[in-house]
Amino acid sequence: MTSRTIRLDVNGVSRSVTVEPRRTLADVLREELALTGTHVGCEHGVCGACTVLWNGEPVRACLLFAIQLDGASLTTVEGLADGERLHPIQEAFWATHGLQCGFCTPGLLLTAKALLDENPNPDETEIREAISGNLCRCTGYHFIVQAIRAASRLRTST
Amino acid sequence: MGAKYFGAAVRRREDPRFLRGEGRFVDDVTLPGLLHAAFLRSPHAHARVRSIDATRARGMPGVVAVFAHADLGRWMKPLPVFGATPPGLAAAVRFDVRHAAQWALCKDVARHVGEIAAMVVADSRARAEDAAEAIDVAWEPLPAVADMVAASEPGAALVHPEWSTNVAVGFTHGIGDAERALAGADVVLEETFRIQRYVGMPLETRGVVALWDRRDGTLTTWNSTQVSHFVQQGLVGALELPPHKIRVIAPDLGGGFGTKASGYPEDVLVPLAARVLNRPVKWIEDRREHMMAAAHARHQTHTIRLGARRDGTILGLADRIFLDLGAYNVWGIVLPYNTVAHLIGPYRIRDMKVDVKGVVTNKTPNAPYRGAGRPETVFAMDRAVDCLARRLGIDPAEIRRKNYIRPDELPWDFGMPYRDGNPLVYDSGDFPAALEAALDAAGYDAFRREQPTLRARGVWRGIGISGYVEGTAIGPFEGAHVKLDLTGRVQVATGAVNSGQGHETAFAQVAADTLGVPLDWVTVTGGDTAAVPFGVGTFASRSGVTAGNSIADAAREVRGKLVAAAATLLEAAPDDVEIDDGKAFVRGAPGSAVDLGKVVQASIPTFAKPGVAPPDFEASAYHHVPTVTYASAVHVAQVEVDRGTGYVRLLRYVVAHDCGKVINPTIVEGQVHGGVAQGVGGALFEEMAYDSEGQLLTGTLMDYLVPSATDLPPIDTVHLEYPSPRNPLGMKGLGEGGAISPPAAIANAIDDALSPLGVRITETPASPARVLASIETARA
Repeated sequence: MTSRTIRLDVNGVSRSVTVEPRRTLADVLREELALTGTHVGCEHGVCGACTVLWNGEPVRACLLFAIQLDGASLTTVEGLADGERLHPIQEAFWATHGLQCGFCTPGLLLTAKALLDENPNPDETEIREAISGNLCRCTGYHFIVQAIRAASRLRTST
Repeated sequence: MGAKYFGAAVRRREDPRFLRGEGRFVDDVTLPGLLHAAFLRSPHAHARVRSIDATRARGMPGVVAVFAHADLGRWMKPLPVFGATPPGLAAAVRFDVRHAAQWALCKDVARHVGEIAAMVVADSRARAEDAAEAIDVAWEPLPAVADMVAASEPGAALVHPEWSTNVAVGFTHGIGDAERALAGADVVLEETFRIQRYVGMPLETRGVVALWDRRDGTLTTWNSTQVSHFVQQGLVGALELPPHKIRVIAPDLGGGFGTKASGYPEDVLVPLAARVLNRPVKWIEDRREHMMAAAHARHQTHTIRLGARRDGTILGLADRIFLDLGAYNVWGIVLPYNTVAHLIGPYRIRDMKVDVKGVVTNKTPNAPYRGAGRPETVFAMDRAVDCLARRLGIDPAEIRRKNYIRPDELPWDFGMPYRDGNPLVYDSGDFPAALEAALDAAGYDAFRREQPTLRARGVWRGIGISGYVEGTAIGPFEGAHVKLDLTGRVQVATGAVNSGQGHETAFAQVAADTLGVPLDWVTVTGGDTAAVPFGVGTFASRSGVTAGNSIADAAREVRGKLVAAAATLLEAAPDDVEIDDGKAFVRGAPGSAVDLGKVVQASIPTFAKPGVAPPDFEASAYHHVPTVTYASAVHVAQVEVDRGTGYVRLLRYVVAHDCGKVINPTIVEGQVHGGVAQGVGGALFEEMAYDSEGQLLTGTLMDYLVPSATDLPPIDTVHLEYPSPRNPLGMKGLGEGGAISPPAAIANAIDDALSPLGVRITETPASPARVLASIETARA
């Protein structure tokens, strides 16, 4: 298969990668760019573990071919913290036990970021609706919902 | 031991790496020169392999090797089986158990969809998968059996013809005289309940990476497993190497739930490929493979007879139980006997008899999954109790009040063995207190008052109760090793694997308290066979109790060594030396305090003199537990049923539970929530469905419905604490409990909601179609 070279802005850094057309964005993030925080849970767009932000919108990295994204600006979980300082959403997930095995966590953090960027003060129903495309098998979502509410308070108070 | 950390809601120490996306799951392990494996799997439920032609595949770009059974014949041995019957159990129950060889690469016959026919190794996963599609297999389909009850009958097609039957585990068992008790009952309820096939479905699939080092003949393998020492044992046989030449490392696990505690073909095949090709090899299961070939679970049929007096006093119980084991009897008596040992639960029943058949079918093999027989048996029992209550006109809460074993009746001796062969004796707890706590938290009485008004408005709401008593923390032991480095910092290693339960935090809490050091001095690793020679693994709600007590024992021994060394250093009697906050000091003389690092350093010999003590600040422990310890809970679910569509909305969920002494209450609560979520999945959504020919119908997460955030309500948890007398830390197991009662509680709530219609839910999941059908049946 003919490979093509594309340019991606990932977490504010411009990267150039040569990819086979059949490689998904998840493959390229994980294997070409060594950003293994993007997890692949189902490879058919249901579980949401591979969620990243494309121009601020959550998308499934397993359902996109990397070559579709030439020139795109992406945020992955590795782009959330500010150096040693965790992002308020990460802090809130830590403080409220919003994760157990940590596999779905990157996708949920990014989905939560997209939600709070658009709606800084969501109620419980809005939170559950917003994360309903991200499966978590460990937590029963209870503490994840609390984490996102706490993050909302943290962000609006700072 | 001071309790500075034990019992505290400490923030989890493993979280920052997960929050930053810096965990290391098996797919994140990469090695120079890595090759990738892909598997060709049977598309048939039952078929003979006439021939395999890999000529085309071998010639494809990037392909390094293709292996069928004959190509690795020199290495092929039957896969390990689990669940040997312990002597104490074999003496009490006459089991008829059959096993058949399961090969990592199918030898001549595939017995379920997904069984491996060939392995391809190539320079990329995509090329390995391309080549797997180019292997030509001449399959000869054979008659398949898919229904467990039909499979048990004479004349059914046979999964393993050499047995002349499909019954792989058969036994009868009883206590007291059930038939006499039933004959003396005013009412005998008889009903058949069916629990579907549903599974752990960890969000991370399985995966194996293997590295063969020719230099010293060692094999290192990273495996997304809950049981690294079991994987090691399997490889000892397969690779013909001593255990110390095989290192199994469980990296970060993206969930396990039992699915990753079974033995699998790929555990052996990927290391074999690395050994034979002398190249590192990786295989990451895709979701489709996971659904067709990773262990399935549940799937039972109970025909239960429950006898009672008119006042609701339950007198006796008889149950005819079928379990669908899938194509191979991998787990022996484990699931069948677990089912029996948990049937009675919190009820005061002295007369019981069971007739049990574990049946093989042409489906994916079953293995224990969070609850392991308990959700099924509790569904049958608690549904039967509710049906009985309704027949007698007694409220479901009232019939439980009347029949739950009281705390003053503990210890309660069943007069039969538990699954580990030791006597089944409830050790501690208060089941009626859990019942009242759960009813209170759920607002049971208020709901009952409100229910008729709601019904009059066309709102069909119901409330359902289920309780269980669970044997947890099965032994015999877990391995732990504790050692100090030159600065007094602590490394704790255990055979227990962390798959999200917070081991790195909870076990550090135990070690820090026992040693007298700050929490952040402790590093915990789990599931590395090089760090602990003998281990068991994480399953059966066992790690907290078994590893926790082993870590405490080992840390206590190390503390003794520190005290002895510090006594010499401080020129004091050992009895006068205390350790706290990482310092040793003479009691009453805080000015004497020396850092533990100094104590270690003073023990190292110098050119001038020997150390103050041998510089041996490490210890291993393998704490033996006498038998399981009994955790218990009562769950209450509130639902609203849409009569038009059959859709069930879960409104509230309450859990009142006892897991003994708690290391970290936040982690405990999270475990309860997660268990409940999986139980709700089983109650309402999840099913691994097959057609009558054994073809899997649910191959994606679009077909197999894992609950999402909108499917679950907030979960209220009431913590009760009745310490276990069976281990020094007073703990009980916790991981599975949440998953046990939701199917029964929710089905009871649906029945309650629709009681004026006479609906009876006898089968899960209670999908809209099934609920509508039940309404239709009741109307007819």
